[in-house]
Amino acid sequence: MGLLKYAVYRFATMVLTLLVVSVLVFAIINLPPGDYLSNQIAELRATGQQSGIAKAEFLRKEFALDRPLWEQYMIWMGFMPGPHGFSGLIQGNFGWSFEFDRPVAEIVGDTLWLTVLVNVAAVLFVYIVALPLGILAAARSKTWVDYTSAFVGYLGLATPNFLLALILFHYGNKYLGLPIGGLMDPSYEGQPMTWGKVQSIIGHMIVPTFVIGTSGAAAMMQRLRANLLDELSKPYVETAIAKGMSERRMLVKYPLRMAFNPFVADIGNLLPAMVSGSVLVSVVMGLQTIGPALLIALKSQDLFLTGFILMFVALLTLIGTMISDVLLVLLDPRIRYEGRDI
Amino acid sequence: MKDLLTVEDLSIGFGLGTSVVQNVSFSLKPGGTLALVGESGSGKTITCRAILRILPKAAQLRSGRVVLNGRDGERVLSTMTEKQMRGVRGDSVSMIFQEPMRSLSPLHRIGNQISEVLWLHRGASESQAKKKVLATFERVGFPDPERAYRAYPFELSGGMRQRAMIAMAMVSEPELLIADEPTTALDVTTQAQVLGLIRELQADTGMALILVTHDLGVVANMAKDVVVMHKGRVMEAGPAEPVLMSPAHPYTKKLIAAAPAIPEPEGGAVAEPPPVVDPILMLKDVSKTYLIRGGIGAEVIVPACQHVSITLPRGKTLAIVGESGSGKSTAARIALGAEPPDEGGEVLFTPDPGGETIAVHAMDRTQRTLLQKRAQMVFQDPYSSLSPRMRIIDALTEPLEIHNIGTRSERKDRAVQMLQQVGLGPEMLMRYPHAFSGGQRQRLSIARALTLDPALLVCDEPTSALDVSVQEQILTLLEDIRDRMGLSYLFISHDLAVVSRIADEVAVMRRGLIVEQATPDQLFNNPVHPYTKALIAARPEPDISRPIDLALVSQGAGSPESWPEQFRLTDTVIPALTSLSPGHKVRCHV
Repeated sequence: MGLLKYAVYRFATMVLTLLVVSVLVFAIINLPPGDYLSNQIAELRATGQQSGIAKAEFLRKEFALDRPLWEQYMIWMGFMPGPHGFSGLIQGNFGWSFEFDRPVAEIVGDTLWLTVLVNVAAVLFVYIVALPLGILAAARSKTWVDYTSAFVGYLGLATPNFLLALILFHYGNKYLGLPIGGLMDPSYEGQPMTWGKVQSIIGHMIVPTFVIGTSGAAAMMQRLRANLLDELSKPYVETAIAKGMSERRMLVKYPLRMAFNPFVADIGNLLPAMVSGSVLVSVVMGLQTIGPALLIALKSQDLFLTGFILMFVALLTLIGTMISDVLLVLLDPRIRYEGRDI
Repeated sequence: MKDLLTVEDLSIGFGLGTSVVQNVSFSLKPGGTLALVGESGSGKTITCRAILRILPKAAQLRSGRVVLNGRDGERVLSTMTEKQMRGVRGDSVSMIFQEPMRSLSPLHRIGNQISEVLWLHRGASESQAKKKVLATFERVGFPDPERAYRAYPFELSGGMRQRAMIAMAMVSEPELLIADEPTTALDVTTQAQVLGLIRELQADTGMALILVTHDLGVVANMAKDVVVMHKGRVMEAGPAEPVLMSPAHPYTKKLIAAAPAIPEPEGGAVAEPPPVVDPILMLKDVSKTYLIRGGIGAEVIVPACQHVSITLPRGKTLAIVGESGSGKSTAARIALGAEPPDEGGEVLFTPDPGGETIAVHAMDRTQRTLLQKRAQMVFQDPYSSLSPRMRIIDALTEPLEIHNIGTRSERKDRAVQMLQQVGLGPEMLMRYPHAFSGGQRQRLSIARALTLDPALLVCDEPTSALDVSVQEQILTLLEDIRDRMGLSYLFISHDLAVVSRIADEVAVMRRGLIVEQATPDQLFNNPVHPYTKALIAARPEPDISRPIDLALVSQGAGSPESWPEQFRLTDTVIPALTSLSPGHKVRCHV
């Protein structure tokens, strides 16, 4: 059995899943009666602005919103020619935002990679913090180390993120001179990448990473501790000690390796939880991530913008689970070799 | 000759409680073999672990001295620092554990885990270690050492894993090997082979052995000296022969009397079984094939059960005997309707004499309820088969509630009655399972199975998780209830001695096939099939004059392709089950 074969198989299922998700996303967005344009037309009628109505009617035609739903879907995805030929998601046309009156690509452009950046940083933060603390808490279970880390962890879980954001902004700025709000200095916005811009982004990311990552790290740490404690009572640990290994070496080589599986399997869950969980935080902290845009788009039933953002989050999730699945196969020979003849 | 190991006045306790090991002393000569014998809770495991100080964190060494006087001079293990101890563990003194399935890390290759001993103690390089490990693998009987070196533990069978554990313990050429129930988790024929291997290695290398076990049969086959422990104290100690043959202490006597034994061959005429007139349960040509999805894509067809036909007469006990993977449990599950057999198989259940016969795998709703009431199961592990959150009264009345039988007070009366049937008192009704010992719990499981007034009990290894003396009591209880309440048993076991005592008929299974079927008398006096012979021969007897005949074991327990022509099983050729004499069937070519 080849790992490559498995990766290809996993990729194929991912594409299929994405397709199913796209149907669901499109159906759900269209569940509430009306769409952005018909709402607008109704409003214009009420105020008697005929010229606006004509423009809206034109847009309806332009974006095929007058067609049956399934055709709209096919055109949106790019499986079927629309008023301008094949021009959908798979052709790289993300659609038009009626709310902002600009192409979706233009609106989300910068925020896409900033979202990825912030969330990947948060995931890394989660792992870097949770790994050593979890091991320490398990190795010194039922001592003050364990109790303190559990206390701090629960505190992290229980504090509302936006509150934490405000507190950290205040004190971070007061004592460390950290910037408040945004992901870069306003002067860099829309500018090409320079060293100054990179520095500015890094500086701005410290507090958001911490805020978005804490609760995830606290939960992950507790999970790792529990997994490790389970593993520590297994007979193979005794075998390792009877061999004459030191506790530290034994801990890292055997139980940690075992406890790592659930840790890795979590990557997939972590990404979407953070993207959707950080919407409120992004609004509070003024981050130029995709969260605030999603909020606006949902409120105004901005069809294509909502659809694109949801598809993007789904893609992130699926990539996350795929990465963790492939990593698991690499990490665990029981998955890799099951059924091999010996 | 100096003693290699001296343990003096050892006491160990937990917290503020009384010591669980009290004033234990023994000594061991270089190359000697000492058996620590006792039932669960006797402190034998804690004692042996105290030598290497591999104890639970809460355990305190309250008194005593452990001295190792070997190639590195005299060392007092009980006062060494943890760091010094690490130099002893796995080097001069190594240890093997009970569960080979779980004692190796599943994520690391066998070769890596074993070479590690040499990396730690000899500072060996990877290739030096590998050379030595491969040689050791060959010595412990791996057919292809290179392959085993690369394998992961889950790719090996239980016996092979225990061989790997032994290799791990042997690779540093220790002066003392401590084996904590090394064969308890293994099948009886595998046990015989592993014990034989340990003995050979001992003869080759001259290392000493401490064998911790509950099985007097193993002791008789292995040990020169015996220490019998009970409740943390040494009851009797001395050379194996006098201790086993003419025990002085009443506890040792009790232990030896309780050890189940296969009856001596008596010779003479063997009673023929009467023809079956009123069967309660019939399995007709039952087969079960599993399709196992291995890895990605690969599918393996596993015939768990092939053409099993058995008939259980009312009021009798039919035992199915076999090793793990023989298909005995699958047959039992099919008999109870938990799984459907492959096409063509049929199971017939007749709960009442002359009453309705139910085809178990084509039941309507009322028949299903009837089956569920009249056929009950007693499970192997009394520790996990009772919910720890339910009081005994709730566990016992639950079946009645499910079937809507009686009022609250009637149910309670029934529960009290059942407790008395199994020898427990009504004052236990309000307790939780944790307040009971293993034997008492198994009594409770039996009581629960009895509340619905069943006609058939399926007992799945009901005594194998229990100590010998308790095992004896539970078997007596089961016999007693069977005769008193007119029950019929389908009895699943791997232990021929247990079966020889309780069964009226025995079916021996291997690879999903019944290979021999007879009354216990016929089976033990005149076993025909090589596998049956191996099973009987592999059972360690608590009798020094009857050591295990390893040649017989390895012939019968080997792969069915290697059996003598007459009995040989291959994928394509399966001999028929042939009647040799009335009631004695063997799978062979005539």
